[in-house]
Amino acid sequence: MNTPALRDWPLWEVFVRSKQGLEHKHCGSLHAADAQQALQMARDVYTRRQEGVSIWVVPSANITASAPDDKDSLFEPAADKIYRHPTFYEIPDEVGHM
Amino acid sequence: MAAHADYVLHLADNAVILGQRNAQWCGHGPVLEEDLALANNSLDLIGQARLLYQHVAALRHDGRTTEDLLAYFRDVPDFKNYTLLELPHSTALAPTASGNRDYAVTMARNFLYSALMVLLWDALKASKDLQLAAIAAKSLKETQYHLRHSRDWLLRLGDGTDESHARMQAAVDHLMPYTQEFWTSSAMETAAAAAGVGVDTRNLQTVWNTLVDDALAQATLQRPAAGGFVPTGKLGVHSEHLGFVLAEMQCLARAHPEAVW
Repeated sequence: MNTPALRDWPLWEVFVRSKQGLEHKHCGSLHAADAQQALQMARDVYTRRQEGVSIWVVPSANITASAPDDKDSLFEPAADKIYRHPTFYEIPDEVGHM
Repeated sequence: MAAHADYVLHLADNAVILGQRNAQWCGHGPVLEEDLALANNSLDLIGQARLLYQHVAALRHDGRTTEDLLAYFRDVPDFKNYTLLELPHSTALAPTASGNRDYAVTMARNFLYSALMVLLWDALKASKDLQLAAIAAKSLKETQYHLRHSRDWLLRLGDGTDESHARMQAAVDHLMPYTQEFWTSSAMETAAAAAGVGVDTRNLQTVWNTLVDDALAQATLQRPAAGGFVPTGKLGVHSEHLGFVLAEMQCLARAHPEAVW
């Protein structure tokens, strides 16, 4: 992150809510000088084909991610605990989206 | 009726020539995000031009005029676009079509033109020509974004580094005299306004001045003194640059007339 371009134009993560979608979904990243510019660029880069009705941008530096090396200890233990999934219940139609 | 069609043709030529100019940045944008933004801008403008050309063909109703004929098989004196829109992306006195692209010039021009067109499209929504009014309503939304995008860059570059400020000031100094053509009268505009089809742009001048002066002040830029050469592109008398734009835009259609994908 030492080159002038990356210092002046940091990375932003873009989240777009689609027409039918309930939540904003991560769709990519881009470089921009500030939040307002990032929003405008996200509009041009990620919503050209009517993908969205709402955009969020978040500085990539503000995202804390789990380390790939921790994958086994974090996620492997859940693999053999099938009883944690509510797959043995039937959801009535009236409930709708869950 | 001829003035009516000519007036719509003037609007169409504005859109197609600026669309073609801005498309010259495709693959050459300063950053990927702006490359896409300019391509979007061009596609908006070319889309506006298509609707307007189709409308001209319908107005002429001579069984011969088509949108392709209007875009690809007319020559420089037939085009009625503002001279401002055919200039290269450069402040150089003798620029080449591809050399010396300066993004400040591109953004300053888009700003000056979009500031006029948001006002003009908004007024044309009340045109007695219902098809033109519908095209205006659609184009207004696109142009509002073009204004927002170019105004943003006018401010960023104007109120940026010494280098970006100097280049944006040079771009404004270079382009501002060409905006005088917005306010001169022409037979087609006068006739179209009298018929309730068109709008007298001189009624928009005060609001345009406020829009422009407000942005220039925020961008710490000086507005150059008014005066000097008044261009005549909308009358068909153009700069030397339009021929090169048309050569690039029309050569394929002329080499392969009526070719289809």
